[in-house]
Amino acid sequence: MTNILIELSRYLIIIAIAVYTYKGFAIFRFTKEEDKNTVLRVQNQLMFAIHFMAYLILFLTTGKLDIIIVYFAQVIFLSAVIALYRVIYPKASRLIINHMCMLLAISFIILTRLSYTKAIKQFRIVIISMFITLFIPYIIKKLRFLDKLGYVYAGIGIGLLGLVAIAGSTSYGAKLSFNFGGISLQPSEFIKITFVFCIAALFSKSQELKQVIIVTALAAVHVLILVASKDLGGALIFFITYTFMLYVATREYLYLTGGLLSGTIAALIGYKLFSHVRVRVIAWKDPFQVIEKEGYQISQSLFAIGTGSWFGMGLYQGIPDTIPVVDQDFIFAAIVEEMGAIFGICLILICVSLFIMFINIAMQAKDTFYSLVALGLSLMYGFQVFLTIGGVTKFIPLTGVTLPLVSYGGSSVLSSLIIFAIIQGLYILKQDEDDKVEKIKSDSGRKTRKTSKK
Amino acid sequence: MKKLNQILEERQEKHLKNKKESKNPNNRELSIVVYIFVGLFILLMGYFVYYNIAVSPNIINSSYNKRQDLFAKKVVRGEIISSDGKVLAQTSVSKDGTETREYPYNNMYAHVIGYATKGKAGLESLVNFNLLRSNAPLLERVIKEFRGVKNTGDNVITTLDSKIQETAYDALGSHDGAIVVMEADTGKILAMVSKPDYNPNNIDQLWDSLVAAENTQDSSLLNRATQGKYPPGSTFKILTLLEYIKENPNYKDYTYQCTGKIALEDSVINCYHNTVHGEVDLYHSFAKSCNSSFANIGSNLNINSLAKLCDNFLFNETLPYSMVYNKSSFTLTKDAKTYDVMQTMIGQGETLVSPLHMAMITQTIANNGVMMKPYLVDHTENYDGKTVKKFTPSAYGSIITEEEAMIMQDFMQGVVENGTASKLSGQSYSVAGKTGSAEFGNVKGQSHAWFVGFAPDEDSKIVVSIIVEEAGAGSEYAVPIAKKIFDAYYSNR
Repeated sequence: MTNILIELSRYLIIIAIAVYTYKGFAIFRFTKEEDKNTVLRVQNQLMFAIHFMAYLILFLTTGKLDIIIVYFAQVIFLSAVIALYRVIYPKASRLIINHMCMLLAISFIILTRLSYTKAIKQFRIVIISMFITLFIPYIIKKLRFLDKLGYVYAGIGIGLLGLVAIAGSTSYGAKLSFNFGGISLQPSEFIKITFVFCIAALFSKSQELKQVIIVTALAAVHVLILVASKDLGGALIFFITYTFMLYVATREYLYLTGGLLSGTIAALIGYKLFSHVRVRVIAWKDPFQVIEKEGYQISQSLFAIGTGSWFGMGLYQGIPDTIPVVDQDFIFAAIVEEMGAIFGICLILICVSLFIMFINIAMQAKDTFYSLVALGLSLMYGFQVFLTIGGVTKFIPLTGVTLPLVSYGGSSVLSSLIIFAIIQGLYILKQDEDDKVEKIKSDSGRKTRKTSKK
Repeated sequence: MKKLNQILEERQEKHLKNKKESKNPNNRELSIVVYIFVGLFILLMGYFVYYNIAVSPNIINSSYNKRQDLFAKKVVRGEIISSDGKVLAQTSVSKDGTETREYPYNNMYAHVIGYATKGKAGLESLVNFNLLRSNAPLLERVIKEFRGVKNTGDNVITTLDSKIQETAYDALGSHDGAIVVMEADTGKILAMVSKPDYNPNNIDQLWDSLVAAENTQDSSLLNRATQGKYPPGSTFKILTLLEYIKENPNYKDYTYQCTGKIALEDSVINCYHNTVHGEVDLYHSFAKSCNSSFANIGSNLNINSLAKLCDNFLFNETLPYSMVYNKSSFTLTKDAKTYDVMQTMIGQGETLVSPLHMAMITQTIANNGVMMKPYLVDHTENYDGKTVKKFTPSAYGSIITEEEAMIMQDFMQGVVENGTASKLSGQSYSVAGKTGSAEFGNVKGQSHAWFVGFAPDEDSKIVVSIIVEEAGAGSEYAVPIAKKIFDAYYSNR
């Protein structure tokens, strides 16, 4: 009986996530508010269904009663997030909230599977982070001088990154974090945000050549410090984000091609100069030739993904623990091993959908600063997803970055939630402006069609 | 994705119509950013799908993949079967669900089939994944999965021929050594014997003593057919002769006066048992395996060119073989001392080779210069007998020209007709080959008996490679074994 339940749930989870993902794209076809709301409600139900079935398997396999308690705590938490946003920010994008909760639910499931204690720790951090970030959309709306602080952001960013590079503690060969009293803080996760704000603020003032040179120099300092700390993934994300922000801000495609070209040259020089870069490339080219050492991680990841195949081995049926740092950089491999490649593809599509919605907010924003902030954060998010999933599937060399909201790690999840909250703030700002325009127009007696969006 | 973009654009347009003032001047650039990144993600997902369909089936077969054993919880390990339908390994399930891996032929296939507990070896390791996958009818599998009953794993049909294996195993008798039998035109391995052996049925009980002896001379776990590193002895003269023919188009004019030994620069090489061969041409030098004549030939050869030839024949290289083996080595350089050169030319010296590799060299000559990749798995099928995956012969490459191969075939036939392998002459089949008596260690007179050969005139040619350790002359100990194998193979064809 238990077996039937476990096997059935395995397939139902895949069907549910496939329908959920489809709805996430299909929603754009509807124009009527009520149709959209129906889709969003169905999505919530599917998310809770997946969460329920997964925890049922977790409970039946382990027999731990604690898991039931955690399950209910998480149901309350996810329901609270959805409800609180609807009450406090009725104009927020509900689809982004749904996806955010879905990613968190997936994270809860896979982390509980991998390590109960870590899952509890992460859950606590998520609750606190969510509480903090709930204020952010309001702050964004109230603080109207955020675009004046360009050099302040630059100072904070360069200062903190520099401090880590000098005094940080080393993990997996890179200097990334500060440790105080058992809490490890990874400043680069937060500098992502100040970096985007810095670039956006400075470019919203001027896009002349002199300004371009100054901003490029500031961005280069950020990137170089990251390279010096051996945080290759971070350096690459900052570099790509800057290059594309520069391109959009100046509307000059030569900057884009030139930037990407110089990035390629820099990568080649890095390959020649640094052994840790070469190791990554060797492991990427043919991991099985060097399976005992450099290629071990990626080989294990490929075994996990390949053995899991389309439908996955089922929760607790695989051995994801054989992949080093599985709960962070390799979380995607663990998900595919036990929940299947179809689930993995849906996960990628959810992230793509988020990326498109983020950029859409950049398109809608009237104000250059807000538009650039939305763009920068979209790029940070989208490119990081690409790097981590591309890395564990051996599409590109490993860079050692986490999957936002899904991977284990306090700094990572807090910074991701801040990014999501800022995006919501910008979205709400836009809705308010639209309404204001409507109001002015209707006040002046003109007849306009109501075009509120959710 | 396209549709989505379209929708986004439409929204955008509608939006612009409604409120002209809200037009963001950077929207063209932003669209380009979306296209680039969505393009990247589409490539990523395409690759991910491709990986799951085309790449992963090969990768997860790796013996490094610890996940294979997870399938043992859900699948009863399949059978390993000979090409003539004999079960070589099977899993029996007792009433209480305990599984036992059984090897009906006990020691006979010990090394080639290997074992499945205590780590894995042999075919049990190579096809582990195939044995643990079930390609039973889908509905049956799903029903069993839901009922929590184990599915039946696929069977692996090998290229091994039980009659040839049995003959070879018995013929080697109580000697240590190894035998490889393969098809010349396909590379299919028909038999692979290694002694000393062990009974894989008792592997769990034997394990500690087997491991204790693992690094000693008489290790039973070692598959001497592929891992044994032996001096080739006179079988190496095949390569010396080939090099001589390549360098000297007028090789037919060669003559040499053998006095039972040759002395060059203070170094002396003796013929086997100091036999005086008298005046010999190249044909008789090879047929009689005259060491003096070959040391003489070798002292004038271009050593770099010989080394190149050996490399082409995969000395010092990886072999196209998917199970455990040791590389053969040929280390002679042109700066070597005369004595070492002469020793190497007659197959002594530093050169080391495995019986499998010697079989591949012989196979190349028998197959007119084209080396085939040796293989052991013919196909896999589900328990119902439906073929799942078929393996076909594949060529490694052309090592020597067809003409060179034909000349070598003639020379090797001479060994049987007029030379050291005359015990094989006068049969219903004709044989070509080369004997060897490889001296080892520092004790004079002790030697391993070698024979490599094939039947050149038959429709289906088989190649044999035999080494009998510490037995004596190849003509006396290895050739009779070859005869038994050829007899068994050609008797009812």
